[in-house]
Amino acid sequence: MITDAEQLSCQELVELVTDYLEDALPEEERLRFEDHISRCGACTIYLEQIRETISLLGHLPEDSLSPEAERELLEAFQGWKRG
Amino acid sequence: MAEVAAEDKLLAALRARDESAFRALVREYHPSLVRVARIYVPTRAAAEDVAAETWLGVLNGIDRFEGRSSLRTWIFRILTNIAKTRAVRDGRTLPFSALADPARVPEAAVDADRFLDPEHPRWPGHWALKPEPWPEDALLAAETRERLAEAIEALPATQRAVISLRDVEGWSSEEVRNALDLSETNQRVLLHRARSKVRAALEEYLNEAGT
Repeated sequence: MITDAEQLSCQELVELVTDYLEDALPEEERLRFEDHISRCGACTIYLEQIRETISLLGHLPEDSLSPEAERELLEAFQGWKRG
Repeated sequence: MAEVAAEDKLLAALRARDESAFRALVREYHPSLVRVARIYVPTRAAAEDVAAETWLGVLNGIDRFEGRSSLRTWIFRILTNIAKTRAVRDGRTLPFSALADPARVPEAAVDADRFLDPEHPRWPGHWALKPEPWPEDALLAAETRERLAEAIEALPATQRAVISLRDVEGWSSEEVRNALDLSETNQRVLLHRARSKVRAALEEYLNEAGT
């Protein structure tokens, strides 16, 4: 049972979200985090938004190498190969 | 194990002067190298130069590479050394505090005015302005993706490098720590700030779009 004095506020919770998702919270802190989430709709939405953000980031196209940069690097490679 | 075997094969091909192996490596890492270089040098052009110089360092060192770290970590160490040397040469101060000790400068994940006062008699630190669920169709829109890319671009270079490697490219925290020479805590602080800001930017955009 988590007493009132031990409860996280919403403002404290948002600062722990990354530690929570990275599985870096000490056990006791993790329980307080999950206790808060189970009773707070707004923080549940916040956590979901962070998850959605991460998922969207994972679907962004990665920067790709420009053809000019690739050509220059391959020329450098040929120069190196010739020693 | 499969990864180690693949790396050994790649390494052998590089040492045999196989151009296709070099091309594969360059395609995989060059954009990340440029992004990380931007932590140290002021412009994209300078970062491209640092990345190009890194590849020369990789080629010149490949016969001596002993495999004590992963190939990726080794490549990023070469990059960091070149970028730092260049920053010193150009008389730039390294963003030392930003990279080495981000926790020294506190930053809130969510604006303090979104919450009730910490001294509030009944609901201290509770949401005053609650987040609203995001409409799924808007999330999937191409414009949302553009906003996301803009939000990343607007981040400080260290946060941008960490979130790009972790969340866009899917590296593990250990891989990012090794490549950027960050402590576990600092990697997490930088990731936290970056994700919080990108979420806030998305929220701002989706709220606007929804009204």
